[in-house]
Amino acid sequence: MINVAEAVRKPDVPTTPFDLEKIRSDFPILNLKVNGKPLVYLDNAASSQMPQPVIDRLVHYQTAQHANINRAVHYLSEVATLEYHKARCTLQQFVNAREDREIIFTSGTTDAINLVMHGYGRKFIQAGDEIILTTLEHHSNIVPWQMLAKEKGAKIRVVPINDAGELEIDEYRKLFNERTKFVGLIHVSNALGTINPIKEMIAYAHQYDVPVLIDGAQAAPHIVIDVQDLDCDFYTFSAHKLCGPTGVGILYGKAAVLEAMQPFKGGGDMIASVTFEETIYNTIPHKFEAGTPPIAAAIGFGAAIDYLTTIGIKQIAAHESDLLEYATAQIQDIPGVRIIGTAKNKTAVLSFTIEGIHPHDIGTILNQDGVAVRTGHHCAQPVMHRYNVPATSRASFAFYNKKTEVDALMAGIRIVKKVFL
Amino acid sequence: MMHTKSLYQEVILDHNRKPRNYGTLEHPSHHAVGHNPLCGDRLDIALALENDRINQIAFQGESCAICKASASMMTAAVKGKSPQDAETLINEFREMAMGKLDPEQPNHLGHLTVFSGIRDLPTRVKCAILPWHTLHAALNSMTGASTETNDDLIQSVSVKTV
Repeated sequence: MINVAEAVRKPDVPTTPFDLEKIRSDFPILNLKVNGKPLVYLDNAASSQMPQPVIDRLVHYQTAQHANINRAVHYLSEVATLEYHKARCTLQQFVNAREDREIIFTSGTTDAINLVMHGYGRKFIQAGDEIILTTLEHHSNIVPWQMLAKEKGAKIRVVPINDAGELEIDEYRKLFNERTKFVGLIHVSNALGTINPIKEMIAYAHQYDVPVLIDGAQAAPHIVIDVQDLDCDFYTFSAHKLCGPTGVGILYGKAAVLEAMQPFKGGGDMIASVTFEETIYNTIPHKFEAGTPPIAAAIGFGAAIDYLTTIGIKQIAAHESDLLEYATAQIQDIPGVRIIGTAKNKTAVLSFTIEGIHPHDIGTILNQDGVAVRTGHHCAQPVMHRYNVPATSRASFAFYNKKTEVDALMAGIRIVKKVFL
Repeated sequence: MMHTKSLYQEVILDHNRKPRNYGTLEHPSHHAVGHNPLCGDRLDIALALENDRINQIAFQGESCAICKASASMMTAAVKGKSPQDAETLINEFREMAMGKLDPEQPNHLGHLTVFSGIRDLPTRVKCAILPWHTLHAALNSMTGASTETNDDLIQSVSVKTV
């Protein structure tokens, strides 16, 4: 057994004051010029950038620590196994899970949701059962459940949103009945930034003994996550939205629930013993980590979490909230611009449309001045349908963005309007 | 390096503002709907073939400026032409959009070369090509020719003949 110090969560208290210029200097990519202009990266909700300490961690792993894990008895395999395990413990602390075995490394949020669909859904959801989802879900928390519903003859019920992009909680409550067997709930809307009141929604579902999966892909970079306090059954997010590498994410699951589930993928590492007659599955988390996991990415993920927690999630959120307020005030002054998603409680996501101009034209013209925004349906077509728009432009801010970058976005929007005048 | 602003030239902006042949036909002989799942753009093209000529053509739909201008200029370019000549333009336009045709070399594209800058914007190539692929589908609904192609860019644009 690997000896890792007892995981004790550190409170989210920053050790240093928020120094924006110092933070920016940690991100080499922010020095990039695009079309001769300084990069203004406002597509952080799609993927965030990686700071030098995380890049260095990946380089160090590949340079001096790499081997396959959980197998050989040689030096490198032991080092890699230990570092991989430490990353798991870092994630455990980050979400305040009771035990490290409740953290499963997946390839990302989508993979984690599919794991729950196959591991929990296919075992416990039957014909006639109902699954509650919300209008705000990303396609990754819709499609797997549709696949399950089709296979099992189960039904999907959807929580509506109001004009501001907030869930209608009364309607959510009305959806529950004795057939309700699962709730899939996005913590923060990727398309609008709405922060959902998940704690009370989880508590309500538990009154009906219904487990709740939280898609935290957009929440974990901005909100302190405490899975014990939330009492969610599953929580998932991806590393690459938290300044980590692509190809890795985590699924937190309550140990008892994970143990009751069937495996998702079969293969090496997820077994205790194999004969052609029978396979005995390994214990959690290994039961759900078939094959060689993304070792380097997981270790980089741990380093990214260390980096973010040093700055402090609350400090990060406070700066982003300033940027959102600043940007919202400015964009409201531009005629013809409509903000999509005006929830009282939202992260630093500014989704908007400009009258008569298609989002892709907006994105292409902004790009000419180095401004990177996302344009499209944001893998959330039900949200687009709700607002009766095919697509929006979305600026999403990170803690390394600055107010002059908001100004560059606004200048770009004015140029777009001029081009199409 | 590309110059996006030069892509949004007056001629393209003009066709976006005042699209030619915008609307529907009462009695089309051929009709197809093109769809770009990436951005949700949708284009409906109807045409009336008479004596082996595209006598009337109309389009409508919801799309970005690049797609709308491309559709507008395409309808103007193929009106009065034979399906065979239209297919030549379709091929040349596709090749140009994907950077496989040098607009300086002899071609039949004429004003349509204003779209040549699209080759530097891979994510927007589909926007410019969608009308042409839809026209191809509409024309071939007559012969039953396949709209399948080995080209990835084209494959990701789904087209339904109606």
